[in-house]
Amino acid sequence: MKLTTLLAGAAMALGLATSALADGHEKTKVGFVFVGPIGDGGWTYEHNKGRLMVEEQLGDAVETVFVENVAEGPDSERVMTQMALDGADLIFTTSFGYMDPTINIAKKFPDVKFEHATGYKRADNVSTYSARFYEGRAIQGHIAGKMTKSNIIGYIASYPIPEVIRGINAAYIHAAKVNPDVEFKIIWAYTWFDPAKEADAARALIEQGADVVLQHTDSTAPQAAAQEAGNVVTFGQASDMAQYGPFPRVSSIIDEWGPYYVARTKAVMDGTWESMDTWDGIGAGMVGIGEITDAVPADVKEEALAMKAAIADGSYHPFTGPIKKQDGSDWLAEGEVADDGTLAGMSFYVEGLTGEIPQ
Amino acid sequence: MVRLEKRAQPSQTFAYLTPLLAVLATFLFGGLLFAALGKDPVQSILTIFWEPLFGEFAFYYRPQLLIKGAPLVLIAIGLSLGFKAGIWNIGAEGQYIMGALFGAGFGLAFYPAESVLIFPGMMLAGAFGGWIWAMIPGILKVRFGTNEILVSLMLVYVAEQFLASMSLGLLKNPEGFGFPGSRNLQQYDSAHNAEIIAGTGMHWGVVAALIAVIFAYVLLARHRLGFAVRVTGEAPRAARFAGVNPGRLILFCLGTSGLLAGLAGLFEVAGPAGQVSIDFNVGYGFTAIIVAFLGRLHPIGIVLAGLLMALTYIGGDIAQSQLGLPAAAIQVFQGMLLFFLLALDLFTNYRLRVGRVEAA
Amino acid sequence: MDLGAINPILLIAALMSAATPILLAATGELVAERAGVLNLGVEGMMIVGAICGFAIAVETGSPLTGFVAAAAGGAVLSLLFALLTQVALANQVASGLALTLFGLGLSALLGQGYVGIKPPRMGDVSFGPLAEIPVLGPTLFSHDPIVYVGLLLVAGTWAVLRFTRAGLILRAVGENHDAAHALGYKVVRIRTLAIMFGGACAGLGGAYISLIRVPQWTEGMTAGVGWIALALVVFASWKPWRVLLGAYLFGGITQLQLNLQGAGVAIPVEYLAMSPYIITIVVLVILSADKSAAPASLGRTFHASN
Repeated sequence: MKLTTLLAGAAMALGLATSALADGHEKTKVGFVFVGPIGDGGWTYEHNKGRLMVEEQLGDAVETVFVENVAEGPDSERVMTQMALDGADLIFTTSFGYMDPTINIAKKFPDVKFEHATGYKRADNVSTYSARFYEGRAIQGHIAGKMTKSNIIGYIASYPIPEVIRGINAAYIHAAKVNPDVEFKIIWAYTWFDPAKEADAARALIEQGADVVLQHTDSTAPQAAAQEAGNVVTFGQASDMAQYGPFPRVSSIIDEWGPYYVARTKAVMDGTWESMDTWDGIGAGMVGIGEITDAVPADVKEEALAMKAAIADGSYHPFTGPIKKQDGSDWLAEGEVADDGTLAGMSFYVEGLTGEIPQ
Repeated sequence: MVRLEKRAQPSQTFAYLTPLLAVLATFLFGGLLFAALGKDPVQSILTIFWEPLFGEFAFYYRPQLLIKGAPLVLIAIGLSLGFKAGIWNIGAEGQYIMGALFGAGFGLAFYPAESVLIFPGMMLAGAFGGWIWAMIPGILKVRFGTNEILVSLMLVYVAEQFLASMSLGLLKNPEGFGFPGSRNLQQYDSAHNAEIIAGTGMHWGVVAALIAVIFAYVLLARHRLGFAVRVTGEAPRAARFAGVNPGRLILFCLGTSGLLAGLAGLFEVAGPAGQVSIDFNVGYGFTAIIVAFLGRLHPIGIVLAGLLMALTYIGGDIAQSQLGLPAAAIQVFQGMLLFFLLALDLFTNYRLRVGRVEAA
Repeated sequence: MDLGAINPILLIAALMSAATPILLAATGELVAERAGVLNLGVEGMMIVGAICGFAIAVETGSPLTGFVAAAAGGAVLSLLFALLTQVALANQVASGLALTLFGLGLSALLGQGYVGIKPPRMGDVSFGPLAEIPVLGPTLFSHDPIVYVGLLLVAGTWAVLRFTRAGLILRAVGENHDAAHALGYKVVRIRTLAIMFGGACAGLGGAYISLIRVPQWTEGMTAGVGWIALALVVFASWKPWRVLLGAYLFGGITQLQLNLQGAGVAIPVEYLAMSPYIITIVVLVILSADKSAAPASLGRTFHASN
């Protein structure tokens, strides 16, 4: 027998399971596919916290399952299929590399809903979701520009991809706005996760005069390096990293997947789930700004909070013109706001940043 | 006084018995581990070993065993030839990456042209990529006597960096909105290593693995070259008298293992994985070393060992999802299985003697 | 581009600290390999050391106790390897790989309750006025104790291997275990001790990452350092001082590339990251002219009745 027919049979069985759900006899089953271990303290850790929030808020009505350390590629397809066969109604796949596998498996299980994080391919039963972390970067940039005395801001970047480049641009624009003399030193670590290398990168930046270090890698290693140096400001990344507050960690960008996961799970329960592209930021609560500590001067804190509020209610967009590209060509005219398409695929620096994006 | 005595002939009985004993020992200790983590030990072990083979959805998992096991077997077969002859290629991971890069690069160079010649060309390119990467330690060993264990290992890291560079640069999908990773070969018909019969897990990599197994079996049992491999491993000096050219043998063993690892990489990238990405390699090259030893360097043993490893991966993921076992517990469980399989093999070649120590 | 921003003194100080984990692990592995044992489980032993050290340091509040526990943890794990290869006569390559797999899993299980915790900090050694000496002060006299432990370990290993009877026996076992056995040396016992020493050193190296370099606990945090340590031993052609040199070279290239990037120099990062491995291969080729470099019995199984 062909697999497709078998899977169709299984999907029909699932259909029965779903109708049983309407009677209230079955729990809604939500699967999570994680790329790292839930103990990574960063990306996967935060997604798992989101999963726990689903369990906590929806209680007995849901059952969540997860598999961690799932390699992108055939392993992820197998894990998704397995969850679908085991009766999952909704499956969150939480890494960019799961994009094509998610689409493949979603085709085979038309009655199961899929949610893929950070990708751009959708289908009738596949939604995508991502967070506008650059909104948080803008606030960081503002605080960083105000607080630097050496006018050198260090930036630990992971891989040269749009998500990271967007963050650098957002931070730079807002740092330069309040402090035109500011200079960004960027180190590409070429890793998502290597605490020792992150520590080295932070130290190299500090030794080269940076007194603010921003990071787009998830470990606390740069925080510890800054603490050791004594006079260097940092921001938490992915999780709050409050254990390094009130100084060096003066604020943070927190991945808040929980509310979204709860909302989407509820949508499946009510039958209102639809395929959509969600790109939420501070306003919707997907990007959290950790407490700004008293190490930040009161007026700066106030401005930062005002910016946060403006971004949240939509009255301010971090990429508002006039903004030129690094080569001096025009990008956004006065008052023009960047469109999501350009932002999603951003692969250029804005004017003022030095150096080249590695290829 | 208990001591070990080498058997004159490896015991056939124990050769078959020890894997079973090892699995039983793993059940016992693994069960204790799962119990310590607050899970039902019997259910955990059944989920890992029974569910994929005979559970409700076995129709789906059985083909997956082929998909997961084929690259392991294909690589391990190549490695086992060298290991038998005392030639240590532990850099199959790097050869696997280079095979995937060469093969995918060849295919993508013709995108979007469709031709039946593209996939065979990719196979040649992939095999060549793995072969050339293994030839580096091979030639260095023959020419300078350089230790091949270490050169081949070093080349894994070089290949990994090269992979990152390719997925962010040359091979990056031009329509991928700047994200890393190549075009998906599954969506490029001429380059797609599709299932030969849908739903069976049978792709060309599985076929290649089967051919490699038969090839290795015949080679070792019947062919002069197989004789050279065996005699070199068992008695290097005798091999010279038997007219074995050690340099040629080294190049043959390393070349073959590299070629097969490269093919494994190509079949994976063009089929189940679909694209070149930064994290494309998932350690098949290293796991295959373990598979080769678990299979006692015998072609049939390697097939069984490859399927067993694949089973623990697949079953392990099911246990994570259904029972909430942490991935780390599965890893420890696999480690235990390997330890017992390796350790108990002792009784194939040695027997325990209880009694007094003989004089002299 | 602003090369003036790179301060060579700070760069050297940084690389001394950055090189310490690989230095410790490689020195331990060197001793094991000189005894004829190839243990590819360095990564596994390091990560187990990292969590043992971290957990004990957090529980007791004393980083020093943590380091002791890390050494013990690494040594205990290596005992498994010794059991496999010395008693059960299993293949060393396969056993080492299995040990790494096991160690990564075990450490993750042990570390489940320790994510997101800040460990107690270990202060620098105070050298008083010595630290004030220009250039030498910041490079040599401003480190935590483990940096000096690493240096002493290299010196000690060198001295023991070179000048003592114990070192001679160890080398004899590594060169020709049958001859050593014939002379009445306990090959298995000596190798087991060498393996445990390797495990303890790897454990220390791991704890240096989790307690000082980073410091935090996360799964898989050693991120491949153990494999670099293995490369380093070969690079050093099994000589302790060259391990030191190699550790600084390996550490130095990473530090230098990070610093160059910070200074705005456009460098192809991947290709620079490859370079230590390519250099190692070149060194290997040069060394292979010298047949005495590698211990002759390296990786071979020993059984007394052979």
